[in-house]
Amino acid sequence: MDPRFDVELVGVSKRYGGAVAVDNISLRIPKASYCCLLGPSGCGKTSTLRMIAGHESISDGDVLINGANVTGLPPIKRGTAMMFQSYALFPHLSCIENVAFSLKMRGMAKAERLKKAREFLALVHMETFADRLPAQLSGGQQQRVALARALVSQPKVLLLDEPLSALDPFLRIRVREELKRLQRDLGISFIHVTHSQDEAMALADMMVVMQDGRIRQSGSPREVFGNPATSFVARFIGGHNVLQGAAGPVAVRADRCRLDAAGSGLPAQIAAVEYQGSIVRVALTTDAGEDASVLMPDSVYDADPVQAGARTHLVWAAEDERQLAA
Amino acid sequence: MASDTAAEITNSAYRPARPRVRVGPWAISWLEVSPLAIILVVLFAAPTVLFFVISFFDYDRVGIYPAFLWDNYRELLTTPATWRIYVSSLRFAVIVWAITLFVGFNIAHFLVFHIRSSTTRMVLFMLCAVPFWTSAIIRTIAWIPFLGRNGAFNTMLIDLHIVHQPLEFLLFSDFAVVITYVHLYTLLMIGPIANSLSKIDKSLLEAARDAGASRWQIMRNIIIPLGRTGITLGSILVFTQVMGDYFVVKRMSGGQSASIVSALSTEIQAMQYPPASASAVVLVLFVAFLVAGMMRIVDVRKELVS
Repeated sequence: MDPRFDVELVGVSKRYGGAVAVDNISLRIPKASYCCLLGPSGCGKTSTLRMIAGHESISDGDVLINGANVTGLPPIKRGTAMMFQSYALFPHLSCIENVAFSLKMRGMAKAERLKKAREFLALVHMETFADRLPAQLSGGQQQRVALARALVSQPKVLLLDEPLSALDPFLRIRVREELKRLQRDLGISFIHVTHSQDEAMALADMMVVMQDGRIRQSGSPREVFGNPATSFVARFIGGHNVLQGAAGPVAVRADRCRLDAAGSGLPAQIAAVEYQGSIVRVALTTDAGEDASVLMPDSVYDADPVQAGARTHLVWAAEDERQLAA
Repeated sequence: MASDTAAEITNSAYRPARPRVRVGPWAISWLEVSPLAIILVVLFAAPTVLFFVISFFDYDRVGIYPAFLWDNYRELLTTPATWRIYVSSLRFAVIVWAITLFVGFNIAHFLVFHIRSSTTRMVLFMLCAVPFWTSAIIRTIAWIPFLGRNGAFNTMLIDLHIVHQPLEFLLFSDFAVVITYVHLYTLLMIGPIANSLSKIDKSLLEAARDAGASRWQIMRNIIIPLGRTGITLGSILVFTQVMGDYFVVKRMSGGQSASIVSALSTEIQAMQYPPASASAVVLVLFVAFLVAGMMRIVDVRKELVS
């Protein structure tokens, strides 16, 4: 048993007929970490999650949870629990019965399971809604109940399939703070599938960027953002300019770039100026036809404002340049 | 675009003075319900009232006479034959209900949850439904050459040396009646049950599996409770069909059993309209109570709307 990792994927693939959804990926998720699988739709992140959960058969490779090979085991024997994208609450059962469901399946006596379910409802601040049906709850409340239902079986790993995508933007930020707090308090691993890099950046201890069924880069958000490995990663996580350098593509953080009308940088034309509150985003088209942007504090912009259509140069320091693999 | 312009031209150039009939919203509602209301009143309510009234009439060999007598009901309810028929019909109804429910639920479950391609599902559903394009009478009679003493099934059994004598109980027996009913009415179960099962979100089954539910636990805790509208509707259809049957019992039991309606039709053939009406009223009330009982268990209307 290797206690250092909650989840290990070893050469895992998923094929649907001839199509490859997940292509030979390997990944180790350290104990008690918040891991985000990030990527555009169709990148294989949900298939990966479902293979870890045991809801999708594994075409090739092995899944280890807490050091034990769980490939081929049913979900309940894996020590995982999943929170579904649409929450998948049982519409005919009250909140507390939904939460108590897995305990009931295990044969726990009614009084005991309701007591335990109530504790978990309290954990997500839903104890006052215990007797409501899911249809009588708002989306955010349903999500809490779904979370309590997943946690009640005391999983070693909680799997979340786009848990925030159905919420409005304000709620999303609050719920993501709560998810992070819960993960820290419970001391278990969360694996969270998302297509939003904001979400991944805010939550993840470990961020896994996927594309076309493969892992393009994994690491802490700081590592990934500071050193994107490929132009896909740099573009997908945003905030970077991907430009053609002397030795292949390079990435430069947009907030590390400057404008210099008289200088000797990359000649470009200003395409648009977007005021975004605390920062200003200036969009450029370089003379080579590449899109780029510069992010600057509004005070910097105000000191030397520019207009769309004006000619300028894009300037950055050599140490901010990151060489990309293809 | 062209037609839009054309319509505009017609509208502006040719605007006749519209007759101004003010129709209140209540009138519109009435107009909307009236076609169905008329059909129901003329074809359902009026006949029901008619036989309800006639059930109190007096009669003899030559005619019926307006009166208000309880005699028809008294006679009907004190005849042991009536009770026998009701018991026998109820027995058939319960047996057939149990079998069609089991078979129908399993077929519906298979169609909805095990067939992934919707084309295959459609084809299989058509295979269930196509026989129902023929008349029920033909499908009933079709069993006779199959189940008969020298029928296809007995011949096969003898040729295979499974039995030496033809099986007698196959035809003109309760067995034949039940098998025919099951054949005729299983689709009435499949349809509503498949309909309500297909509304179950597949992720619920995954969530249940994730919570450690076995196949049987998923069936008992998720699929059956969520399919109960269909189960109730199917049960109501099968029950009312069997209770109201006229032909199958008569034809397939070989005269050994009678149904409520076949007893009633004997009275009609004897021109005894008042007792026939009384027995119709009793049957309607009986079935209405049964259905009301089933509806109490599951609020079908509420579930159909939601």
